[in-house]
Amino acid sequence: MIWVTQLLNGILLGGYYALLACGLSFMFGVMRIINLAHGDLAILSACLVFLIADTTGISPFVALIVVLPVMALIGWGLQRWMLERSLRAGVLVPLLTTFGLAIVIENGLFEYFGADTRSLAPYIGDFAYDSWAITSNVYIGSLAALIFVLAVVLLGGLKLFLTYTPLGRSIRATAEDPDTAALVGINTRAVYAIAAAIAVATAGLAGVFLAMRAVFSPYSGPEQLIFAFEAVVIGGIGSLSGTLVGGIVLGVAQTFGAQINPQGFLITGHVVFLAVLAGRLALGGLRSRGGIPGLRTRPP
Amino acid sequence: MSTDRGFVVERWTRLSAASSVAAGVILVILALAPLVFDANVVDNLTTLFIYLILSVMWNALAGYAGLVSVGQQAFFGLGAYFTIQLSYHGVSVYPALLLGALVAGILSLPISVLMLRLRSGEFAIGMWVVAELAHLLVALDPLINGETGVSLIGLNAYGADDRRAFNYWMALAAMVVLLAAVFVLLRGRLGASVQAIRDDEDAAESVGVRVLAGKRTIFFLAAFGCALAGSLWLATSISFQPRTYFGIQWTAYMIFMVLVGGLGTFEGPILGGIIFFLIEYFFGATGVWYLVGLGGAAIVFALFLPRGLWGTVEEKFGIRLLPVGYRLRMLGSKGPDAGLAAAQDGQKP
Repeated sequence: MIWVTQLLNGILLGGYYALLACGLSFMFGVMRIINLAHGDLAILSACLVFLIADTTGISPFVALIVVLPVMALIGWGLQRWMLERSLRAGVLVPLLTTFGLAIVIENGLFEYFGADTRSLAPYIGDFAYDSWAITSNVYIGSLAALIFVLAVVLLGGLKLFLTYTPLGRSIRATAEDPDTAALVGINTRAVYAIAAAIAVATAGLAGVFLAMRAVFSPYSGPEQLIFAFEAVVIGGIGSLSGTLVGGIVLGVAQTFGAQINPQGFLITGHVVFLAVLAGRLALGGLRSRGGIPGLRTRPP
Repeated sequence: MSTDRGFVVERWTRLSAASSVAAGVILVILALAPLVFDANVVDNLTTLFIYLILSVMWNALAGYAGLVSVGQQAFFGLGAYFTIQLSYHGVSVYPALLLGALVAGILSLPISVLMLRLRSGEFAIGMWVVAELAHLLVALDPLINGETGVSLIGLNAYGADDRRAFNYWMALAAMVVLLAAVFVLLRGRLGASVQAIRDDEDAAESVGVRVLAGKRTIFFLAAFGCALAGSLWLATSISFQPRTYFGIQWTAYMIFMVLVGGLGTFEGPILGGIIFFLIEYFFGATGVWYLVGLGGAAIVFALFLPRGLWGTVEEKFGIRLLPVGYRLRMLGSKGPDAGLAAAQDGQKP
């Protein structure tokens, strides 16, 4: 029975990873940028919600209404003032600037909040540990279930948004070929800024749920970036539905690993990630084409 | 070179010949330092040499082969770890420093099979995962005592003064040999091919550059160099804690040094390493604000001064201290044409 419970927990944890990885995958799909500050932006958002909840006593869920637009604005500004210029300078420069940003954010947060690990769990009352009984001895946490549902809704919604709305079509067109998109009248600068805003806002959302279901510190960002990246790569880079699958594979691997050895949680996750890479290499399909494969209007 | 075409291709300039001689003289003076200077100066210079190794190795990876790694701390930590293992199993401590780094360097070859297939950002984080995994696995080794760490006890066989001098000479020798290796590699066929890979991998492959072999050579060199820096760091600090050696801050330092000095230039990372050493010496005590400053400076340099301090000077005045590339000099014009000289080096503008 312990394994069934662990399997369910692993799948639900995978939902969190999908939520976390969504923005990373989206940004890579549209702009071909791997944002090395992704995890730190998630933690920044968690810190902002914590600050609001701690000083005013407002529920973190309500605080999200304020913080998510702020995160979107940060994403928009990031694109306008940093990434746009980085992209023009070549493929390596965005890596260097986002890494610099990661160092600035995490050490800035440390300076302001100190090294303490914190959690939002005390601010959401019973919800932090509520659970439903599936059978007499298999339980799932209601918060974990909520996160999973949210991830599915977010990934599905993003897919629908990209497929059926005019703005979504503009984003897809820009992702395929920015020069041609500009030629047919799409404001690619605005599209990139909106995509960055969406990506950073979803990172912020994930960060807050991390803070509710676990603990975080100013230096938690890099670990979250690595988890998100592993989920994206396992699921197939640039594919939104693959991200959910990748998240679940990672979550289940980690949960089972933790059953075997206390250190097994992290090690198993990394090993599964490398094994998937090696497997793809053996099959000869590692060269990622970028783009949003699941959403291409024409075959690549 | 035929002069009727109106230009000459040259490798050596008067300045680069003079500065190569000067570099030799500085080296001789540095080699004598432990006999002249007090302990504090010698320790600081040893630290500086280790920073320079890291800086030059990261530049070889990113600036020449186009491989931005945020996981070079994997090899820094593994170099130190294998040194401890070898020393524990009876290898004399100073040979163990070199052998430990060599083992880590050899380990980079199987790692490169997987990692070098990844492109830009995927490679960057892929290496980070490798570093995290190396950290976790090393911490599992009972010899290391988890995060508590262990000391390189073999060093007790030497007195403090001897140890200081040996560390210094070994760091100096390691730096000189690694610098020379990068210098020779870049002047040769490999230098031209890896820079072609960096500028356009597909185009390079289509004209017959052996992309993977070129990248692998640089990857191995950088892994070995970073591992040697790690084992030397262990020799100076004696204790080994996995968290410190596998920390991401090493990558932050490397990126800062290379970006400030000049990505893709030979002299730049040396300048960057010296600047970083001075900043750390004077501001290191300010704690995390100093790291915020490093990150901020990296962003500013990447965006506004992508060729770093040295690259900018080089571009503006056409100065070349060490003859790494070739340059084109138009006959009849006074002094070298900076723009053409830079273009002839095949370096990214």
